[in-house]
Amino acid sequence: MSLIHVVGFGLKVGHLLWVPCCLIVSFIYLNWFNCNLGINHNHNCSNNNKWKMGFLGDYDGKVWLNNWWEKNLGNTCKQYYYKYNSLRRSWWRKLWHAYVVFWIVISSSRFLHMSSEATEKRKESLVSLCDERARMLQDQFNVSMNHIQAMSILISTFHHAMDPSAIDQKTFARYTERTAFERPLTSGVAYAVRVLHSEREQFEKQQGWTIKRMDTLEQNPVQEDDFALEALEPSPIQEEYAPVIFAQETIKHVISVDVLSGKEDRQNVLRARESGKGVLTAPFRLLKTNRLGVILTFAVYKKELPSNATPDERIQATDGYLGGVFDIESLVEKLLQQLASKQSVIVNVYDTTNHTDPIAMYGSDVLGDEFYHVSTLNFGDPFRKHEMHCRFKQKPPWPWEAIHSSVGMLVIAVLIGYILYATVNRMFISEDNYNEQMELKKRAQAADVAKSQFLATVSHEIRTPMNGVLGMLNMLMDTDLDVTQQEYVRTAQGSGKALVSLINEVLDQAKIDSGKLELEAVVFDLRAILDDVLLLFSEKSQGKGVELAVYVSDEVPEQLIGDPGRFRQIITNLMGNSIKFTEKGHIFVTIHLVEEVVHSIEVEPQSTSKDTLSGYPVADIRRSWEGFKAFSQEGPLGSFSSPSSELVNLIVSVEDTGVGIPLEAQSRIFTPFMQVDPSISRKHGGTGIGLSISKCLVGRMNGEIGFVSIPNIGSTFTFTAVFTNGSPNSKEGRSQQINNQPHLASSEFHGTNALVIDPRPIRAKVSRYHLQRLDIRVELVSDLDQGLSLITNGNSAISIVFIEQEVWDRDSSISLHFVNNTRKVDPPKLFILVNSNSSFRASSVNSGDPFPVVITKPLKASMLAVTLQRAMGVGNRGNTRNVELPSLSLQHLLRGRRILVVDDNSVNRTVAAGALKKYGADVVCVSSGKDAISKLKPPHQFDACFMDIQMPEMDGFEATRRIRELEHMASIEASMDADGNNSKLRVPILAMTADVMQATNEECLKSGMDGYVSKPFEAEQLYREVSRFFPTS
Amino acid sequence: MLGLGADLLWADMNRLLGFLFHQGVLDEHFLQLHHLQDESSPSFVSEVLNIYFHESEKLLNNLRSLLMDRDFSDYNKMAIHLNQFMGSSSSIGAKRLTTVCLAFRAATQHSNRPGCLRALEMLQHEYCYLKNKLHELFQIEQQRALAAAARYPLQNNQ
Repeated sequence: MSLIHVVGFGLKVGHLLWVPCCLIVSFIYLNWFNCNLGINHNHNCSNNNKWKMGFLGDYDGKVWLNNWWEKNLGNTCKQYYYKYNSLRRSWWRKLWHAYVVFWIVISSSRFLHMSSEATEKRKESLVSLCDERARMLQDQFNVSMNHIQAMSILISTFHHAMDPSAIDQKTFARYTERTAFERPLTSGVAYAVRVLHSEREQFEKQQGWTIKRMDTLEQNPVQEDDFALEALEPSPIQEEYAPVIFAQETIKHVISVDVLSGKEDRQNVLRARESGKGVLTAPFRLLKTNRLGVILTFAVYKKELPSNATPDERIQATDGYLGGVFDIESLVEKLLQQLASKQSVIVNVYDTTNHTDPIAMYGSDVLGDEFYHVSTLNFGDPFRKHEMHCRFKQKPPWPWEAIHSSVGMLVIAVLIGYILYATVNRMFISEDNYNEQMELKKRAQAADVAKSQFLATVSHEIRTPMNGVLGMLNMLMDTDLDVTQQEYVRTAQGSGKALVSLINEVLDQAKIDSGKLELEAVVFDLRAILDDVLLLFSEKSQGKGVELAVYVSDEVPEQLIGDPGRFRQIITNLMGNSIKFTEKGHIFVTIHLVEEVVHSIEVEPQSTSKDTLSGYPVADIRRSWEGFKAFSQEGPLGSFSSPSSELVNLIVSVEDTGVGIPLEAQSRIFTPFMQVDPSISRKHGGTGIGLSISKCLVGRMNGEIGFVSIPNIGSTFTFTAVFTNGSPNSKEGRSQQINNQPHLASSEFHGTNALVIDPRPIRAKVSRYHLQRLDIRVELVSDLDQGLSLITNGNSAISIVFIEQEVWDRDSSISLHFVNNTRKVDPPKLFILVNSNSSFRASSVNSGDPFPVVITKPLKASMLAVTLQRAMGVGNRGNTRNVELPSLSLQHLLRGRRILVVDDNSVNRTVAAGALKKYGADVVCVSSGKDAISKLKPPHQFDACFMDIQMPEMDGFEATRRIRELEHMASIEASMDADGNNSKLRVPILAMTADVMQATNEECLKSGMDGYVSKPFEAEQLYREVSRFFPTS
Repeated sequence: MLGLGADLLWADMNRLLGFLFHQGVLDEHFLQLHHLQDESSPSFVSEVLNIYFHESEKLLNNLRSLLMDRDFSDYNKMAIHLNQFMGSSSSIGAKRLTTVCLAFRAATQHSNRPGCLRALEMLQHEYCYLKNKLHELFQIEQQRALAAAARYPLQNNQ
């Protein structure tokens, strides 16, 4: 029971100790580590062995180490580390074993100590018990002895000193009987008188019996009850006799027996009369009772003797002998019964007068404890020696207390130790796991980097030959081919372009993954970009009969700063998807400022679903930006509440009426390479990474992308993007912005009034947007009658009327009526807006004059301008900007230019020179940066310089920097002279590099270069770069 | 007959070129090099290639001597040489050589001497291979030019 208690207590204590122990251990651990780390920092890792100290395995060190060993020591440190780790572990295990052994020793020593203490205590109690018993026995014995001595004096006084004697047998018996309580230890008292042989006869006569001898009596001690005095033989003739004359009732049978005839008694008697003191016999079997007893004998003298009397005098003075029988056995028993704890102690009394053969006087043979205590007894007879042996009856009990406490202690200690050991072990394990995971993480990261690199490399590697293929195909197209061949080549070219765009997408994805994607920040015209995109898709949409429209809010500034290419990529991607999945209806791109949209949410909470571009229902655009974080922030305006800042928050949505996205696929639509259904890719092509790239790009523009899609109704994708306002002062207003577009020739139409007849407000709004870009004032009406009344009654002269095909076709008679009526007044030009060429039934119109001009949607400002110019006879100034073939224009650009080529590699130099010469340039080559500097001293004789970046001695960057410095100084001088030819003061320098990654645009610009071209030259890139410096003449 | 021979030579040349392209020994830059050759510089390609071989031999010798210097190999210098070699190789469109140069350069960056030795061996092998093949090509080219030259009068006669 108590063992269980102890163990339970131990567990509790262990639990309590657990937490502080952990704390302490980890604290020590950290401190240890920190110290060592500090040391390592100080020593700057010069000593390898130091590392062994330092690696107590915390990850800071490990991370730091990672960087370190990659550079310097490779795996050696790692090995050290692991070696040390295992060393440490075995050290801990040894410590644990030592700890266990230590506690075993402690607990066993405690056990021994406690058990020995218990034994000692037991011994002490035994000693005290034994001594107590011995003393009591002795005291009682002495009391009896004294009484017997007193009796001897009584006899000498009343028997011998009086004549006639005052005592006879009867008196004696009665007296002794009544005083028996005074002698608790005696069973009987008898008096034997000294009778000399000469007096025997007279004595026998006087007493009336003969003196009997004792020997025979002693020989048959067993006869008890039928004991008869008559059977005793008369005593033989002796020198003297000592017949018992008086005896206590209990031992009346000894009367007339000659005490001197018994061997023991005779000895006793003789010794008693010689010494004059009480003398004891050896224990013997008592007559009749057959119990062990001793006889105490006192001599009775005739007269008072001096204490220094000689034995002879004593013998002479002897009158008789008084003997008391002590029944030792019953005596001791009686005594012991009076004492406590008599059961637990075994007492033996021995007569040890003869040392070699002690005579047992009392005691049983019951086996007890082997340990015993001896106390000597002094019964007043110096001749006889007695001892008392005491022992415990029971064997010593198991020392349970010692066992419990020591075992409990051991258990607690071992538990605590084990807890510590387990903690440390666990720490090792988690450390190992940590290391392992770091290793795995590193590997995974490496694998990821490798993957991205692989993708980038492979894509790049594929792109290069693909460019070759495409270029060759281009050239092939220019040769003389028949129709079939041309068809083949076109197909091949189309496939090639598709492949290149696919590779570009993959490359983009890889770039995004590896974080290498960087956005440009250049000024661009958003509307022009949208026009371009529209043009890209117009063919496809017309083929499908899908209406395509773009609307850009007036609030959006004309010039934005951002990455037009990436913006265009997003729009293209979204529109491409829309057009892929839309068979009927429309695709509508709207761009607003976020502020506008947020306000419109507040103003018009609900719009009719019918009010769409093509009349088909669409998914609710507002739901597509529900998830945008910026909108949910602090109120409706959220983070867009600062319109005064330079940032422009655009919200762009692409709405279509296509098949929509199945609900189950909507959640994973932005996951790379994920398509709604594998069959889609077979049907429509594409890799499915477009949207994921778009999402990343939008994210890079600090925007968000979202969508809403209802199957079989359509999808609306919306994204926001943050650009910087590129217009110098946006407050100037719209007119200023419009005027910034010279190519649209808007001024030609300034002040013109136009009427748009369209029943659908949204479509009318789109038309108005495009017309307003041409600076035409626009009125909107919903049907022909209203239009007619406006034309005839209106204040402003309307010179152009745009009629939606739908209105025109509805009723030819009304249309005719309209045409006829308008003709009455100053006839405005009529334009019919149609969706696609094929769907317009021209036949239904009266072919009268003026036949309305048909404008095919999608509307674009530039296209509108051209059409209007043509129709209205405004001077056609050949505004078309035919993009020439790059090589042609290159020839155009470079002809007659003096160009310096700097390259240390003669092969590269020759090739570059050859390429430039081919385009008609006048080329001079030098082979080092120094030569280039000497050639390029302002004022310059060269129109441009192509500089290799990697050159020995002085690289391209350095050379350019020096040239720029020279130019700077020269320009200062020139400004002083005030007649400097500025164009000769700065030469455009283009970097040439074989490794595009190595030389980024920024680096080139930083060192004063104007751009870079890759080696070997690629015609288009060369054109792009060169055209920036050489104005087309 | 001669005209036929010229055609055959054309076919041979194309086959050889195709083979080299297929093996990845050459790439499109080699063709672009050919485009640069016109009336104003009729032997542009062969000039360039001659310069290339001349330079390359020098570079190879330098590299070898640098590597053979057992105690002190100047890896930086080797990297510079390799950059040059790589640049010129990519200019003429010797793709395989460019690749080997890349590997070589990587080895020098790690100061991996055995790797460098191996790469040098490969470089030499590739270089010899390219040189032989290009010589072959030029021989055919010359023959073709001869044949073509021989053919012109015929054409004119017709």
